[in-house]
Formats: sequence, structure tokens, C-alpha cells
Amino acid sequence: MTVKNFLVSETTFFELPLSLKSRILILVAVVALLPAYFFPLWNMSFFSNQYTDGLVLHIYSYQLEGGKTPNRDDLREINSLNHYIGMRPLLESDFSEFTWVPLVVGLLIILALRAMVLGKMSNLVDVFVLFVYFGAFSMLSFYHRLYMYGHNLDPTASIKVQPFTPPFFGSKQIANFTVNSFPAVGSYAFFAFAILLLLAILLSAKRAKPAKQAAA
Amino acid sequence: MKGNHTKLTWFGLGVLCVLVLGGILVNCSRKPKVERGDTAEAAIATYVAPGDTDEYYLFYSGGHSGNVYVAGVPSMRHIATIPVFAPYPATGYGFDKDTKHMLGGFNWGDVHHPALSETKGDYDGRWLFVNDNANNRMARIDLRDFKTKQILGPIPNISGYHGGSFVTPNTEYVLAASRFSVPLPKGTYEPIENYATKYKGIVAGVPINPQTGEMSVGWQILMPPFDFDLGDAGKGPSEGWAFWTCYNSERATGKLEVTSTQKDRDYVVAVNWKAAEQAAKEGKATTISGVQVIDPKTAPGVVYLIPAAKSPHGVDVSPDGKYIIASGKLQSITTVFAIEKVLAAIQNKDFSGDEDGIPVLNYDKVKEAEVNVGLGPLHTQFDADGYAYTSLFVESAVAKWKLGSWEVVDKIPISYNIGHLSTAEGDTMHPAGKYLVALNKLSHGRHMNVGPSQPESSQLISISGEKMKLLYDAFTEPEPHYAQMIKADKLKPVEVYPKEEMKNTNAVWDVKDTGVMNQGNDVLVKMIAVRSSFEPNKIEVTQGQHVTIYLTNIEQTTDELHGFGLGEYNINVVVDPGEMKVIDFVADKPGVFPYYCTNFCSALHQEMQGYLLVKPK
Repeated sequence: MTVKNFLVSETTFFELPLSLKSRILILVAVVALLPAYFFPLWNMSFFSNQYTDGLVLHIYSYQLEGGKTPNRDDLREINSLNHYIGMRPLLESDFSEFTWVPLVVGLLIILALRAMVLGKMSNLVDVFVLFVYFGAFSMLSFYHRLYMYGHNLDPTASIKVQPFTPPFFGSKQIANFTVNSFPAVGSYAFFAFAILLLLAILLSAKRAKPAKQAAA
Repeated sequence: MKGNHTKLTWFGLGVLCVLVLGGILVNCSRKPKVERGDTAEAAIATYVAPGDTDEYYLFYSGGHSGNVYVAGVPSMRHIATIPVFAPYPATGYGFDKDTKHMLGGFNWGDVHHPALSETKGDYDGRWLFVNDNANNRMARIDLRDFKTKQILGPIPNISGYHGGSFVTPNTEYVLAASRFSVPLPKGTYEPIENYATKYKGIVAGVPINPQTGEMSVGWQILMPPFDFDLGDAGKGPSEGWAFWTCYNSERATGKLEVTSTQKDRDYVVAVNWKAAEQAAKEGKATTISGVQVIDPKTAPGVVYLIPAAKSPHGVDVSPDGKYIIASGKLQSITTVFAIEKVLAAIQNKDFSGDEDGIPVLNYDKVKEAEVNVGLGPLHTQFDADGYAYTSLFVESAVAKWKLGSWEVVDKIPISYNIGHLSTAEGDTMHPAGKYLVALNKLSHGRHMNVGPSQPESSQLISISGEKMKLLYDAFTEPEPHYAQMIKADKLKPVEVYPKEEMKNTNAVWDVKDTGVMNQGNDVLVKMIAVRSSFEPNKIEVTQGQHVTIYLTNIEQTTDELHGFGLGEYNINVVVDPGEMKVIDFVADKPGVFPYYCTNFCSALHQEMQGYLLVKPK
């Protein structure tokens, strides 16, 4: 009885129409996600006595970019320094993420807009679940990248260091460098997208409650 | 009689003893009087905290070292050396193909008067020109990277290029002149007895390409064998004129100290350079050694002579361009001429005579004032408030005087024997005031004892207030002749040559493009220098082969310089980030020769090395 009831109520839930507010929120969420295309998702910075201004690395959804001034190319510099410990150079071509992440983001936007137009809860929940999965997968993949760069060191390197994982979130002292790693605007856009979608779900779900009770 | 004599002798000896002992005692307690300003005030005024930078660049000539030195003002810290006329292994200058070619086989030069390029009479921060008094060359330093980019010369017909490198208000020309007249063309033999008639002086304009700064040989003017000394270009109302002082209008030879100082007056030469340009264009010139040389006799209106106090040294035009100030170094006055009066005299043909057909103006008609500055005046600089500062060599002092009222208002002692002086942007139309640097010929041990070969002294003086104040003593390598002081924010040099700028296809940026190519008698090497290795790290050649190494520093980070020293082959080249240099030599010595990074670069700098293996023939 309970299982059946649950299934029925869930089915009813997925069949719920989306309120206007929810649909507007979906649009807002899509707009909020757009910065993920233009701004870095993650920033890393490396400070030491020689680099008091910090070497910086911006990770975008589609590219890797080092800080660049007429006097220094940070990505080049990071690779120059890393080669001493045998770390693979950070090359854009090594990251398949830069092709599939923008594709997936676009796909999610299309699905979100579809949910908005069709106005059905099930579509919205689909987008939300897919997005959470995508987010979690991306984070894990990023962590795995960091782990691999720090552990897959060339055994012939001139300076032998204990394998390490560069910080994923927060600060860490690595040799003479203080390394900081924090999410950036692009990630906040992802976060905002998720929150707004969740809010859209909740808003329409609340509206559904009296109807549910009536059915019971 | 005899007894008296003995008494007198004893008395005399006694007096002598007292004098000698007294002299010894006095000498022991005597210290040279040290001139100094208020210590705390001076310390604060010149202190530039670690990490902070100076307000002004000072470019001072290094005389017979062949270099130009760069210091910061007010700290007076020496920051960089720009080699110009002499090889300088510290930066690899004169060892790679291009700079070796530029030096043209000379191992030294005598850098005299640096001149910053100007636009509308003010420094534009593009180039610095310096002349070589010894080998008659002129060099251009590009201030984008503080490097010597061109050396022109030895310039035909110019002998003893002292009268440069003063620039016209829009850097149309850099001035040039002969200090040591010789028979022309160079290479001609003529007995010294014929000096007065057969030896020739030259004053000239070296044209500058306004876009590239490229210097070329322009027109020259044939002059009597006077010794043309220093110059300056007119500006404002005197724009279009160039001035030089000259000594030895006696046309004397031998011991010039005596023979050239017999007349009461020598000259300031006034050249209408626009007229000279025109005369050359119209072909009113004869060609000597491939140069258009104008004879003033056949091109009237080009040159005039203004009588000046004898043996004048510096000639300086006031910021407003109205006055031409010439200092007779053997007198106690500096003479001010008014351009207005000079132009009127020329207009009215008010001449007192001529020298080889060159009209001589009437001293009294063109003189504006005689300023009683003090003994041995040499050079004059200016500030923003209408004051002039004249260096006094004999008196070891600087006199500050007012333009217009011609009154000396202040004087400061200098240690010792000041030659040139430089105020901030002090020879432009808008001097910046604040500081004056006295470039002195003698330091007389005002520094730690370094033995008999002593450095020169350069003193920083504040000219912000009514009274000049001594702030700092700096000691400079031989030998500063003039300097240019420019506001730091007017220069924006690069610290890295961007990769995108490299057009030379022999430069390689990737290890896979490096390599050694054997082509008959030639070996071509494309090499990369990057922390901390050379690629390739082995070059195999056969004795007698001609080796050319294209060495690229692929760093793009400030201060990551790499050196390439090749032991016992007398080669050391330094490449800056993003720079490529060509090293070429004949591998004439068989054996194995290490090459290594000479410019400390990284933790594994010591390991940055390789071998040149030369197989015996």
C-alpha cells in the first residue's frame, strides 16, 4: 500500500505543472549560468618570495589561462618551475574537459529552456538531476587531474619530491610556494544555476500540496 | 765676523726647526674641510626605501670607458651600464655577430655628451644619442630596451667628435663637429706647418629618421681650423640655429696651452641649419669622402661667428630660446647673447670682419649681459623658475643666477673641480627643477681609499629652495662628461622581448626545432637556452669549420637571462628573455671545450652546460 501510494504520489508530483514563478526562475537560472562561459571556474595562485605578486592560473570551462603581463607569462613560468620536479607541463591539449564541458553546459541550458517551455515538473527534475551529476563528476574529475599531476612525476626529475595533491579547495604550502585554489565566478554561476532550479522545483511543489491532500 | 756668522747660522737653523715642527703639527691636525648639507634633511631627501624606485633616470656618460651609466635620482644608485663603444662581457656586448659588427673592430671609444631625443623641445623618451670623441662615431641607444642599436661612423671628415650629440628641438639632427682639425679628406698628408691654411674644421648635422631613429651622414660645413668644442641647438625664437663654441681661433699648433690662448676672444659659431640643409639640397656643396660639404664662401647666410670670451667651453640656450650663454673658461664671467640681437645684426649686415669669408658679428651689438659668475665657468643648466646654474671648474662651485636680471643669487662649493652639470630636464624648453647633479673631475679621496686610481665624484644638489643644498656624494667610474636627467614615468622600457615579436626564422622556441647542421665548411646550430639547459648540449665539428650558433632564450619572464660562455674561445654572449643572438667563430683549436651559462639563472644553473667537440683535421 505504502509503496503504491508513494509511487502514485511521486507520479503525481512529476506530472505537476510548473507555476509561472518557477518558469521565470528557470529563465533566471539560465541567465545566471551564462557567466560560466566567460569567466574562470577555478583560480589557482602560487606565492613565494620570488613571486610576491603570485603566479596565477585561471581554469575556464574551455581553456587554461595563465596570468600574463608584458614581463611574465605565468603558465609558461609554472611549467618551467614544475619541470624541475618532473611534473607534466600543463597543456591545454591534454584536457578533454575543454571540449566536453562547454558542450554539456549548452545541453543543460537547452534542457532547462525545454522544461520552461513544456512547464512540466518531470523535465525540470531531469535537468536538476543531470546537472548535479555533471557537477559532481566535474569536481571529481578536477580532483583526479590534480592528483595525477602531483603523483605522476617523472622519475628522472632533478628534484625528487614526495608525490602530492595540489590543493583542490583552500591553501597549501608546497616547497617554497603557498598554493591557493578556490572556485571562481564560473563556479558560482553553476552553483546559482543549481540553487535557482531547486527553488523552481520547490515553488511548484508547494503549490501542489493542497491538490495532493485533496486527492488523498 | 766669523762668530757672528755662526750665530746667525744657528739662529737660522733654529727658526727652520720651529717652522718644520710647526708645519708637521699643523699638518697632523689638519683635515680637509668637508662640505656637507644638513645630514638628516639630506638623508631623508635621498633615501629610497627598499622596493621603491627613484623619481628620475640619470644617464651619464662614461667617458673613455666607452659606456653610458644609468643611475636613479635622488638615490644616486648606479642601476645599469649600457655598453656603447667598447665590448662589455657582462652583457655579452661586442661578442655576438651583430654587436661585434657594430663596434667595427674598435675596442674603445670616448663617450661624451648624451642627448635624449626631443619632440617640441622636450624629452620624448625615445632615444639617447652619444658621441665618441676619439673615433668620430655616434651611437643611438633605444630606450625601449636600453640597448645600443646603431653606431654611425667613423663619420667622414669629422675629427675629434666632441661637439655632439646635442639634438634639435624635434630631433631632426644631432650636432657634430671637429675638435681636432686635420687635412681633408682623411688620409691626406700635410705638414703641420701648413695647419692654418690646409687643415680644416667641420661642423655638421647628422640627420635622424623621425620614425626609426636611424642616423645617417648629412651635410657638413667646411670651417677654418679652429677647435670646435661644445654645442647646443636653438629653440623657440632661436629654432633653426645651431651653436658651437670654439677655441684656438689663433689657428695655432704646438703647445696649445700657450699658443691658443693669446687672443682675447674666440668664437661662438652660429649655423642656420635650415639654410645649410637648403644649400646642400641645392647642390651648393662639394663632395668630400662622399659627403656634401658646404663652403661658407659660396653659400652665404649659413654660418656666422660671434666673438666670445677667450677659450669658451659650454654654449647653452635658455629654455625660452632667447639667450645663448657661452662661458669663457679662463675668465670669471659668462656671456649672454640675445638671439634677437644676433638676428638683427645679421639682417643689418653689422659685421666687424670675417674669417675665411665667414662674417664676424660685433660683440657689443649682440651681447645682452656679462654675468659675474666666478672663476672658470664651463656649462650652464636651467630650472623651472627662470634660474640658470653655471659650473665653475677653477672655483669648484656652482653659481645660481637669474635670467633677465643677470644677478648671481647663490653659490655652492663643489668637491672638486666640477665639469659638466645636469639639472632635471635642464636643457629642454621645460626644465623640471628639483635636482642638480654636479659631475666632478676630481674626488680627492672623499671616499674610502682605493689607491691612486680614484673614481670621479658626482654630487646631488637640491635646487628646490632659494639656497642650493648638497645632498649626496656618489662615486662614478671614469669619466662622466655631461648627463641627462629625465622623469622616470617618461620611459616605459620592456623587460621581456615578446615571443610574437621575433621575426628571425633562425630563432627556435621548441626543443624539437633545435639541432646541429653540418653544411660543408659551415656548421649551423639552432640552440635554445631555458632553465636550466642548452639544447643541443653537444656540438660536434671538425677543426677549421665555421660555426654559427643561433641562440634563443625562450624565457618569457623578467630577469631570466642566460649567458653562453665558451671557454678558451674568447666568447661570452648573454641573451635576454625572448632574445636571439648569433655567435659565430672558426673552430680553429682542436679539443673539447665546455660551454656554460654565465649569467646565473636558476637552482640548476651550474648544470646548464654542454660541450663543443672539435675533431682535429
